[in-house]
Parts: sequence; C-alpha cells; structure tokens
Amino acid sequence: MAPPLLEVTGLACRRGGRMVFDRLSFGLGEGQLLALTGRNGSGKTSLLRALAGLTPPEAGTVAWQGEDIARDRESWRGRLAWLGHLDGLKGDLSVIENLLTAERLRGGEAGDRLDGALLAFDLTALAAREVRTLSAGQRRRTALARIVLSQAPLWLLDEPLNALDAPAQAAFRAALQIHLSAGGLAIAATHAELGIEGRSLELGSTLSSTSPPGGGEEHDGDVA
Amino acid sequence: MSGFTALLTRDLRLVLRRPGDVGVVLAFFVVATVLFPLGIGPETNLLARIAAGVLWCAALFAALLSLERLFAADYEDGTLDLLLLAPWPLELAALAKCLAHWIVTGLPLSLLAPVLGIAFGLDGPSLLALGATLLVGTPTLSLIGGLAAALTLGARKSGALLALLALPLCVPTLIFGAGAIEALAAGEGIVTHVAILAALALVALATTPWAIAAALRQAGE
Repeated sequence: MAPPLLEVTGLACRRGGRMVFDRLSFGLGEGQLLALTGRNGSGKTSLLRALAGLTPPEAGTVAWQGEDIARDRESWRGRLAWLGHLDGLKGDLSVIENLLTAERLRGGEAGDRLDGALLAFDLTALAAREVRTLSAGQRRRTALARIVLSQAPLWLLDEPLNALDAPAQAAFRAALQIHLSAGGLAIAATHAELGIEGRSLELGSTLSSTSPPGGGEEHDGDVA
Repeated sequence: MSGFTALLTRDLRLVLRRPGDVGVVLAFFVVATVLFPLGIGPETNLLARIAAGVLWCAALFAALLSLERLFAADYEDGTLDLLLLAPWPLELAALAKCLAHWIVTGLPLSLLAPVLGIAFGLDGPSLLALGATLLVGTPTLSLIGGLAAALTLGARKSGALLALLALPLCVPTLIFGAGAIEALAAGEGIVTHVAILAALALVALATTPWAIAAALRQAGE
C-alpha cells in the first residue's frame, strides 16, 4: 500500500483554554474519504480549521506527501477546497459572479468548467440570480459548486449536507464520488450519513464519560 | 497578481451594486463641512483660515465611516476564510482591500474637497493645494484605517473602537495636510508638506499590509 498523501501526527488543539482533541493521528490516501463524526463541540470544525492551517495547532504536524504543511503554506492552501459552516458567498453578486470570483481568488480561471459545476448542482437556471435572493439550500449548492470548480485535491467540508434537500444531497454524493474516483481526498464533518463508503473518525466529546476527553477513535468503513 | 486584481474588482463591483453606501459617506462630508460656514457666519477671513483644517478633519471622519465594514462584511459571510486560504500572500489581499477603499472614498473626497473649499472662500492655488494634499494623504488614512478595522474585527462597538485606534495614528497626516494650505498662505511652497505626506503614505504602505494580515489571521482563528 502506498504511503498516505495526507498524514496527521499527534495533532492537538486548544480552544478557549480547553483541549478539544489531543494526540490525534490518521492518514488519508488517494481516493479516500474521512467522515468526522462526534457530538456538538467535539472539535470537528476545530480539526478542519487546524488541517486547513487557519488555526495553528497546539502540537503535532500535518504533512502532505511527507512534507510538513507549515513549510510551504501557500502551496498547501492551493491544494485545499474549503467549505466552512458559512457559505463564503457575496449576497450582492450573482451565482456566476461568486463562482468566477472565488476561482480567480484561488489564482485560477473557471473557463469551460463553469457550466459543468453549475449543472452538477442544478444551478443553471439560477446562474444570474443574486445570491441574497436565494434560499439557504440554493446557497449551499452554490458553495458546493465552488468546491467542485476548484479542482483541489483535498476537500475540507464542514457539514456539507446542511440545508440540502434530497435531490441536492444526491448531487453532492455524485460530485464527491467523481472527486474520489479521480484520486481526490475529502474530509467532511457531518451529523448525517454521507452515504458514501469511507472511513470515519469519531471525535470524543468532553460531555461523554465513556470516551477519553479530547481523544479520537477511528473506524474503518464497510469497504476500504 | 491575478488574485489581487480579482479581489480589487470584486470589492469595486460590490460598491457599484450599492452606490448608496458611498453616497452616504460623501453626503456626510458635504453636510459636515457646509455646517461650518453656516455656523460661523460670513466672516471670509476666518473661514478661509480654518478651511483646510475643517475639510481635512471632515475627510478623515468620512473615511472612517465606511471603514467599519471593510473586513466585517467578509468576516460575516465567510469570504474572509477564502482570502485566508487563497494560495497567495494575505498581505496583498489586505492591500487590495485598502486600495478599493481608497478608490471609493479617498479619491472622490479629494476631488470633492476643492469644490467645497469655494464655500470657505479659498483662492485658486489653495483649492489646488487642498486637492493635491488630500490625494497624497488619503491613502494613508485608508491603510491605517484598514489596520484599525482588522484589529477591531469581531469586537462589539467596533466602530467607536476603530475611530479611537485610527484617529491618533492619522494625526501626522492631518497636521501636514492642513499645514500645507497655511504654508501656501504664508508664501511658502507646499512641496515640503506634500513630500512629507508622501513619505507617511509610503511608510504606511510598507508596514500596514503585514499588520493587517496578522490581525486578519488572528481574527480567523
């Protein structure tokens, strides 16, 4: 088996003076999905932010292809597609303008790929609408189209299914499946079932006495 | 550079979608300055003497008015995370935001001020000097104000805090900006004053983007 592309070693994160997780280690290889589960406040978002490099971890390292991401932050950020719990869209810009701007901010050009990304999330009819006139689910779909458009090898998704209806959830699964089959990686914090085979990592909640505080527990999915 | 232009274009386009926001700032500038001749009365000599100071102070306050939203809007809709995660230096993003702010406030204020100067009875050369000093001085206000906006990001009552942080740092620019018109009246040239204003702008340009980027990273944690 090839060494994992993404390797997390001994990661610890402190928020507001409290250890959210500690000594967290896992690896993720090409085409693999990692679902982060755990109760509210168990540190799913903190882990995603630490992986992205938005929050400096208390201890531990994140390495990509064997190289610590702290050594070259800019290349690392170029490999990420980030979906936070906020959609990251400008209400006064149209769907298309938002997607084109986000792609240019990543230093790329959407070009022909734009139509495909709009189509994947059934946004073609909404393309010219200003985002502030859209529903929460439609905004989430726009944000997901931004992720697809980025062509980044690693997707970091915080509750990607939020506000999505059944057809949109199916569209997300299809897009994620394509990303994974193309050798992409994805880490998604989620409460709902993602519906795609992959590994999952349960972050221990400090509220629960059965799991060690801040510790992590890893399960392998049904099919590796 | 493509990310820089993308951000600059985005911010300018957002302002165009809501021209009222800039309109309010310019209207505030006009109303605030016009109150002085109305309040003081038709004493042309006195008005001409205080004109530069009044216009400079009003321009400073007007620029501060719109600064509160400079990063707060991006912070609230999550696009700040996208800037923090863009694969190019955050310092350039900070610069692009300040440049966009200057284009929509500093630049129109500089062009508007000489027109208002007429109401104060300033003569031709003084009006030109006023416009020129504002053109060179307002970039400093946008940069320092940008730093204050980044530092107060997420704070309650950030508007008042922002003014408290930015105003003292803007004092040198204010002194040399308003001083230029007095120097002109005293028969000296304004070159020294403009040169000092330019130097202040360059110092701000060379330091604030790094400080803004650091403050934004802190806010993003």
